Amino acid sequence: MSQQPSVLYDALGPRGQRRVVIGSVLAGVLIIGVVALGIVRLAAKGQFQTTRWEVFTQPAVVRFLANGLLATVRVALTAGLLSLVFGLALALARLSVRRAARYATGAWIEFFRGVPLLLLILFIAHGLPQYGMKLSAYWFLVLGLTIYNSAVLAEIFRAGILSLDRGQREAAYAIGLTYAQSMRLVIVPQAVRRMVPTLVSQLVTLLKDSSLGFVIPFEELLRRGRGLGEFYPQSILQAYVVVAAIYIAVNFSLGRVAVWLEGRQAHRYGGRVHLPGGPEDLAMIEVRSAALVPSD
Amino acid sequence: MGVVFGHLSDYASGFWYTVALTLASFLVSLLVGIVIATMRISPAAPARAAGLFYVETVRNTPLLVLLFLFFFGLTKVGLAYSIFVSGVIVIGAYHGAFVAEALRSGVGAVSKGQAEAARSIGLTFSQSLRYVVLPQAFRTVVPPIGNIFIALTKNTSLITVIAGVDLTSAADRLNTTYAQAIPIFFGAAVAYLILTIPSGLAFGWIERKVAIAR
Repeated sequence: MSQQPSVLYDALGPRGQRRVVIGSVLAGVLIIGVVALGIVRLAAKGQFQTTRWEVFTQPAVVRFLANGLLATVRVALTAGLLSLVFGLALALARLSVRRAARYATGAWIEFFRGVPLLLLILFIAHGLPQYGMKLSAYWFLVLGLTIYNSAVLAEIFRAGILSLDRGQREAAYAIGLTYAQSMRLVIVPQAVRRMVPTLVSQLVTLLKDSSLGFVIPFEELLRRGRGLGEFYPQSILQAYVVVAAIYIAVNFSLGRVAVWLEGRQAHRYGGRVHLPGGPEDLAMIEVRSAALVPSD
Repeated sequence: MGVVFGHLSDYASGFWYTVALTLASFLVSLLVGIVIATMRISPAAPARAAGLFYVETVRNTPLLVLLFLFFFGLTKVGLAYSIFVSGVIVIGAYHGAFVAEALRSGVGAVSKGQAEAARSIGLTFSQSLRYVVLPQAFRTVVPPIGNIFIALTKNTSLITVIAGVDLTSAADRLNTTYAQAIPIFFGAAVAYLILTIPSGLAFGWIERKVAIAR
C-alpha cells in the first residue's frame, strides 16, 4: 500500500530518521522480548517440537482441514446468495409505497440486525427442533446466517438505492415506466452495481460468522480445527494457529478483491464508494432518509 | 412467556454480565484503537507497517478463533486469565482494530487546511494531532464508533462458547431445562435490544451534541 503524502509531518530529516530508527529498534526489542518470552515458555512446554506440527503435513489431516474450509466456503456462499435475494426483497419492501409493508419490514430488519447472531443460531439449532423443525446442521447454519445477513444487506441495498440520483427515477417515470418497471430496469441494476465492493466485503463477514456454526455443531473449519486438537491433544494450540492462518489468508485475499473493485468503481463513477470503518461496521449502516415513494 | 417472567433473575444476572463485559471491552477497544490509529498515521514507517499488520490480521480472523487461541493458547504458556478477563482482552483487542480504522478515516476527514494551519504555526506532529486534528476527528467518528459499540455489544455473546455466563448463555441454559425456545430466546433478544437501541440513540445524541457547526 503506498503512503499518501501527509501534511501532518514533513519528510524526515537526518535527525528524525535517526529517531525513527532508534525508536523502531527499541520498540522492536521490546516486542521481540515479549514474543521471545512467550516462545521460551512455549518451548519449555515443548510447543515447538516438530512432532506437534508434523500432523499438519499428513495428507489425511490436510484433507480433513481442506474439507472444513470447503464447508465454510460453501455455507458462506449459499447463505450469501440467499441473503442477496432476500435482502433485495426486504429493501424493496421497506421502500414500498404501502405504509404497512414499510413498517412491518422495518421492524423485521431492525429486530434481526439488533440481535446477536449467536443467539439466533442457538435459537435455531436448539430451539427449532422442539417445534418439530429438523434440518441438517448445514441448513440450520445457512438459515441463521441468511436471516441475519439479509437484514444487514437490505439496509446496504436501501442505502444504494437511495444514493442514486433522483433524476434516474424521474427519467424512468417520464418515459412512462411504472414504479415496478423503473425499479427493475433502472434503479436496482445501478444500485446493485454500486454496492458490489460492499457486498464482497460483506462476504468476509459471512465467512467469519460461519465459524459460529461451531456451536450447532456444524463441521466447518473451526470445528475441524477443534476436532484435530481433540484427536491430537498435543497439537491443540497448533491446530488453532493453522485455522487462524487459513481464515486470514482467505479473508485477506477477499478484502483485496473488495479494495480492487472499489478502486474500479471510483474510476467509473468518479467518486469513491465509501466503505465505512470496516466490514463489521456495515451491520449497522445508517440510512437517514424517508421511504422512497413516487412524489405524486 | 411465563417461563421468562419466572426466571427474570437468571436474565438479570446474564444482562449485567453482558453490560459489564461490553463496557470493559469497549474501553479496551478505544485504547487499542487510539494507539493503533496513531501508529497507522505516524511518520515512522515501521510503526505504520506494524499498525497495518495488526489491523489486517485481527480483522480477517473470526472473533471466535481469536477467543479460542487466547483462552486455550495462553494456558499452554502457563498464563491463565478468568473467562471474563479473557473476554475483555480479546473482544477489546478485536474491536480495537475497527476503532482504529474508524479513527483513521476520521483523521482523513478533517479538512487538510486544519493540519496545514497547525503545522504552519509550528506545532509538531504529536501536538497537531493532540490539539487540532484528533479533537475534530473524534467528533466525526461518533457514528462509526457507535456502530462498533453496538456490534461489540452483540459480539460479547461469543463469551457463551467459552462458558461465560452472559445473556445468551442464560437463555441457552433456560432452554435446555424448559425447552420453550420461542419465549426464552425472544426474552433474551428483547434484553439485547434494551441495550442496543438506547445506545444507538445515545450515540446519535452525542453526535448532534459535538457536531461542528459549519
